[in-house]
Amino acid sequence: MTETAGPERVRSAEQIGLSAREAAAPPPPDAGRPAASQPSRDDGASWARKVDRLEVDHRDGVRGTNVAGRRLTGPVQGFGKMWQKTYRMNVGTAITPEAAIAMWREHFPEFWPKGNRFAGALTGINPGDVALLDLSIGGGVKLSTGVFVLYADAESFTLMTPQGHMFAGWITFSAECEGDDTLVQAQVLMRANDPLYEIAMTLGGHRKEDKFWAATLTALGQRLGVPAPQVDARNTCVDSKRQWRHSRNVWHNSMVRSVLQMLAAPVTSLSRRRHGASGQA
Amino acid sequence: MGVPTITMDVRRFGQTTAVVDIKGEVTAACEPVLMSAYEAAGGSATSRLVLNFAGLEYMNSGGIGMIVTLLVRANRQRQQLAAYGLSDHYREIFELTRLDEAITIYENEESALDGAVR
Repeated sequence: MTETAGPERVRSAEQIGLSAREAAAPPPPDAGRPAASQPSRDDGASWARKVDRLEVDHRDGVRGTNVAGRRLTGPVQGFGKMWQKTYRMNVGTAITPEAAIAMWREHFPEFWPKGNRFAGALTGINPGDVALLDLSIGGGVKLSTGVFVLYADAESFTLMTPQGHMFAGWITFSAECEGDDTLVQAQVLMRANDPLYEIAMTLGGHRKEDKFWAATLTALGQRLGVPAPQVDARNTCVDSKRQWRHSRNVWHNSMVRSVLQMLAAPVTSLSRRRHGASGQA
Repeated sequence: MGVPTITMDVRRFGQTTAVVDIKGEVTAACEPVLMSAYEAAGGSATSRLVLNFAGLEYMNSGGIGMIVTLLVRANRQRQQLAAYGLSDHYREIFELTRLDEAITIYENEESALDGAVR
């Protein structure tokens, strides 16, 4: 490649190539027309409005701690290795991708494995919602955290995690056609949020997460009428480097805080009762 | 769901800077196109890659994930990633997802290239 004084077009878009999906598809009737002149889809209502810190409402059935006032964290802000984990399931020909996603959005908490609680809005999954979570982490301890609905449309929706969550990143749930079949997918793009979580993920956390999402997709498949749901899991390490500059994320660690909150619960409860009694006196 | 439409042209400014003009819909499905553009733009001498989003028509969360993957690849090669041409809507999405903390956003190509020179 030769150096020039000004801009040099080195490769046209056609030379760069199409995606595998584009290449496999028949040419659209307007093929050849510049992309900029084609009608575009509107994503304005699908994205959440910008928030700096999360605000939460009380939700029944969950503790609801470790979320209010927290910032959102993407893979850029996480500590550990970066992973892309993909869980896919073929739900056959009887249901469209849109119908699968509509069902998933509306009944999302019902597909979670037993022992875990997802307390979202009554209207289902909508951009900008904050859901509160109680996750079973063993030993009778519930990890109290939350998620933010970053994006939602008819074909996909994405949840993003706050500071203190096990991982910094997002989970995208989507459905698409492959031939005559519909495939549903959950894809996690994540880094463990801090060194403690990185250790926990290495010592069985990844395996536990794999089981969690396989169980979720299986439950969805059963609801969609799939006789024997089969979940295919694929994990890829996108970046093996750890981001040590984010090791101080451990200050927000919701697992540590949840344990401390559980231990302190009797004292906190007693203190509240005393304050209530003295307030009434 | 329609077939995603995307084109990416690569322009070089000297040996160290390349601009990728993104036109169309940025979704997870266009990853091979973006990565091919990156290969074309990201030779070993390239230290700065500028993404021009002026032609961006649509982006979903899969598209944001793809940009994160690109960021990882650029960081691995010790290349800086910058962007310009984002509408207010897409700039807000970069801020919401906190991608703006890793990808410097400029108002226009001139300032993005000035940033390269600094």
